[in-house]
Amino acid sequence: MNTHHKTYHPYVSPFDPCVPINIKTYSTPPHLYMGYQPPNLPQFTPAEALRAGTIWKAFYDPYFSQIELAKEGNQV
Amino acid sequence: MKQVPDEFYPLMEQIQMVDFVLVDLTLYLDTHPDDFEAINQFNHYTKERKQLKKSFESQFGPLVQYGNSYSGYPWTWADSPWPWQL
Amino acid sequence: MWIYEKKLQYPVRVSTCNPTLAKYLIEQYGGADGELAAALRYLNQRYTIPNKVIGLLTDIGTEEFAHLEMIATMVYKLTKDATPDQMKVAGLGDHYANHDGALFYQNASGVPWTAAYIAAKGDPIADLYEDIAAEEKARATYQWLIDLSDDPAINDGLRFLREREIIHAQRFREAVEILKDERDQKKVF
Repeated sequence: MNTHHKTYHPYVSPFDPCVPINIKTYSTPPHLYMGYQPPNLPQFTPAEALRAGTIWKAFYDPYFSQIELAKEGNQV
Repeated sequence: MKQVPDEFYPLMEQIQMVDFVLVDLTLYLDTHPDDFEAINQFNHYTKERKQLKKSFESQFGPLVQYGNSYSGYPWTWADSPWPWQL
Repeated sequence: MWIYEKKLQYPVRVSTCNPTLAKYLIEQYGGADGELAAALRYLNQRYTIPNKVIGLLTDIGTEEFAHLEMIATMVYKLTKDATPDQMKVAGLGDHYANHDGALFYQNASGVPWTAAYIAAKGDPIADLYEDIAAEEKARATYQWLIDLSDDPAINDGLRFLREREIIHAQRFREAVEILKDERDQKKVF
């Protein structure tokens, strides 16, 4: 199973004026690992699919801001 | 101006759900034209969309024009609300 | 030809009057990686690409217009009935001076849309790689917009649009696979 985001540690200089961000995150969504989509992958129901933005469960990768993540219960 | 009745929104969302399945399946079939199961599913939802469209339009007027929907009298196609106003 | 359907692809909702957020969202209306550029890029490439992927470009290009309408709806709702003062506070005083509340094809910094945003190289692989890059850049833009937004209803719609970029990128990747496939070549020679 691939993770859908990766992290790295930027160099922090003693002369950087802003409060350093020690861990930076970037998206690596599922389609980067899929290759040519095989047949018969699991699907959402039509109601779920509209909310998710795809009928294919394998491609579902919702993005939340830090503010949203800080509030509980946003990881659908 | 008169607002749409409350029943408008859930029925519209029903259509949006089925149409969305059809959009996502269309893109899939564009690159998987030999997937028999997916084509069956596509045709199933095409039928469902036809029924939903008919039921929606009988209550709220045409969703498409240029003859892709029947018109009642008077002509209400050009009436508000438009999708961004709802 | 195209047929207009009197419905949004996704039920767009907006929580509050918020012209500041509208100013940011305009990036996806008339920006380099926005929905207008996407629609026109894909539809324009159809004339010089192998038959096998014309259908995909047509269908994704058409869907982009539905996304353009969603962004327009968000901007419209976020600024509808905003007073000149509210526009001014939101940093939209200059916009108001020229356009009142009208939408304009420009990016978040007010730079007008230009055809220079659209690459059309005529080489199928170059053009499809351009399309994949465009989808990834639009996906990134939606992430930054979600980061900037404090409107949960808007974020809901932006998440839908970001997910569509993922699906489109997947299909364009498959289109590249179709065009590089060796199986059909024997018949040609």
